[in-house]
Amino acid sequence: MSVSAIHDDHHDHGPAKGLMRWVTTTNHKDIGTLYMVTSLIMFMVGGAMALVIRAELFEPGMQFVDPMFFNSMTTLHALIMVFGAVMPAFAGLANWMIPMMIGSPDMALPRLNNWSFWLLPFAALMLVSTLFMEGGAAAAGWTLYPPLVLQTGAAFPFTIFTIHILGVSSILAAINIIVTILNMRAPGMTLMKMPLFVWTWLITAFLLIAIMPVFAGAVTMLLTDKFFGTSFFNAAGGGDPVLYQHLFWFFGHPEVYVLILPSFGIVSQIIPTFSRKPLFGYSSMVYATASIGFLSFIVWAHHQYTVGMPIEGELYFTYATMLIAVPTGVKVFNWISTMWKGAITFESPMLWAIAFVVLFTLGGFTGLMMSISPADLQYHDTYFIVAHFHYVLVSGAVFAIIGGVYYWLPKWTGRMYDERLAQLHFWLTTLSVNLCFFPQHFLGLAGMPRRIPDYALQFAEFNAWSSVGAFIFGFSQLIFCYIVFRCMSGHGEHASGEVWEGASEHGLEFTLPSPAPYHTWETPPNVH
Amino acid sequence: MSPVPQRRSNAKVLISVVLVVIAMFGFGFALVPLYDVFCELTGLNGKVKTEAQAEMMARVDQSRWVTVEFVTTVNGSMPLEFRAAVNKIKVHPGEYQTVTFYGVNRSDKALIGRAIPSIAPGWTTQFLKKSECFCFNEQRFEPHQEREMVVRFAIDPELPQTVGDVSLSYTFFDISPQ
Repeated sequence: MSVSAIHDDHHDHGPAKGLMRWVTTTNHKDIGTLYMVTSLIMFMVGGAMALVIRAELFEPGMQFVDPMFFNSMTTLHALIMVFGAVMPAFAGLANWMIPMMIGSPDMALPRLNNWSFWLLPFAALMLVSTLFMEGGAAAAGWTLYPPLVLQTGAAFPFTIFTIHILGVSSILAAINIIVTILNMRAPGMTLMKMPLFVWTWLITAFLLIAIMPVFAGAVTMLLTDKFFGTSFFNAAGGGDPVLYQHLFWFFGHPEVYVLILPSFGIVSQIIPTFSRKPLFGYSSMVYATASIGFLSFIVWAHHQYTVGMPIEGELYFTYATMLIAVPTGVKVFNWISTMWKGAITFESPMLWAIAFVVLFTLGGFTGLMMSISPADLQYHDTYFIVAHFHYVLVSGAVFAIIGGVYYWLPKWTGRMYDERLAQLHFWLTTLSVNLCFFPQHFLGLAGMPRRIPDYALQFAEFNAWSSVGAFIFGFSQLIFCYIVFRCMSGHGEHASGEVWEGASEHGLEFTLPSPAPYHTWETPPNVH
Repeated sequence: MSPVPQRRSNAKVLISVVLVVIAMFGFGFALVPLYDVFCELTGLNGKVKTEAQAEMMARVDQSRWVTVEFVTTVNGSMPLEFRAAVNKIKVHPGEYQTVTFYGVNRSDKALIGRAIPSIAPGWTTQFLKKSECFCFNEQRFEPHQEREMVVRFAIDPELPQTVGDVSLSYTFFDISPQ
């Protein structure tokens, strides 16, 4: 049989034609792309909201928006960035990379995969549409604490329903990832040979299936409190609003690790490649990730030091929280040791990864400060908190995602991105992110509360710097959009299969041609 | 190349993972009663029993005084004026005292309110014994009516010596039919 005859026997070797390809696709690469593009759009939408916030805070006094709308902006900015930008970006990377990294032809449950993606744009659209409803969008912060959140107008049930759909979407994605990783590995790909990105996602997926249902339950209780006369959180009926805080943070603290563990995975892929050394302390990385995952479930009340806990509670949560610094420190030292005496080159993915290590560690340090409950009484609900979580989520999670995109973009599109533009994007972003968030530490320590549209005069200067940084940061991302768009539309140098020098030793994905064919590993690779 | 090893079927893993999801959804709701039990055992949130307890103090501890302070709050925009006749009283542990509270309806409509009690420090809730309290029932106020309401309580002599004063707080919630 000739080669062409074999070729003709296969009818489903390429993508379907037309727009319906994207609606009905069950291909992990298509779905990965859909996730990534959605995430980028939502990142820009959520970013625009952040710029509304920073524009209002550029000067003291009320400039552009009324306080209610300002609070809606902080609420939606957070919800969109967490559920619409960062989580879908990780889901997209998981879809694209996990099958290629473990030598599987696709995800285990491809139709479920299509579903879990297509819930997302509708949920996102509904969330944004709440802005135009009577009474405005939810304005109680992303934590949606009662009784304040119960005062939301017509948007309330839509906000809750959006969270339900987003929750279902990420549960489905997590289920799919667990089944894929446990069942679809190529022969010889034992658990302890899996790339770190796959490991971190496996643990993340377990976190997701454990916490998203609890959150869904908590917001359902909000819904029944408002419309069906229950009193879960209503003191008049014997309930307790503090109960909601416990339910929320039982979800919320593991959730912030959902936002960071896959970043650890991405950085653990990038650093060895550009240091031209294997990852230092592979198994300790796996155990550290698992410990962080476990600890995340038993520290939630450190978000609630000011609710009036007994001293024993404060002590327990202080020590348990500090404990997390140990496995996290293991990871940071492993990354540094991987770079130690390596033949390092500084292509864009490596720059993002190094910036991640430095800035995430800085955010980790402020986290450690806040874990000390007596000190936290000063930091609580101030801009110090805002600075902390933006250091770990923007210069942490988002930096890792951008680094990952630069790292794998040539593999996806077959085109090398414009390195000079990418370097410009990196330096503008890194400098502006620090200009934006570093002064917020000082604002917080000086007592500026978060979620306020106006502030005392002494905070004016730092806020002005912060706003300037935010605007440079925001507009720098247009460079990123342009770079990605150029590669996707087939511009730029052709990338080799290996893409990066020696990368084929660091991951199965770099033994495939670039761009990765529509179907890969139909015959599983032989893993040594 | 070795043949693909037979791993568990996808359906089996899928079912066990879905069971985890369902179990965790249930766990979220199970936390509600668990939280109440936990708070009752530890007295964490200062919730006070809303049932009368018969007056039966074994002894009155004449040797010490405990100051009981009263805090009155009206929740939201309920048009009710609500205050205690005294801001604080001194009691001997074991001795029953009656304190009067006043409620004035400042609107043209009848109000139905419910007072939710709480005590600080929270863990002292087990040492507060009430035989009568307006917070045990709903309170109805006719338009512009002024009413007296009473609380009759004692502090258990078992209250640790280190506690010299406790605060009793009542918050009125509007539960009139809209």
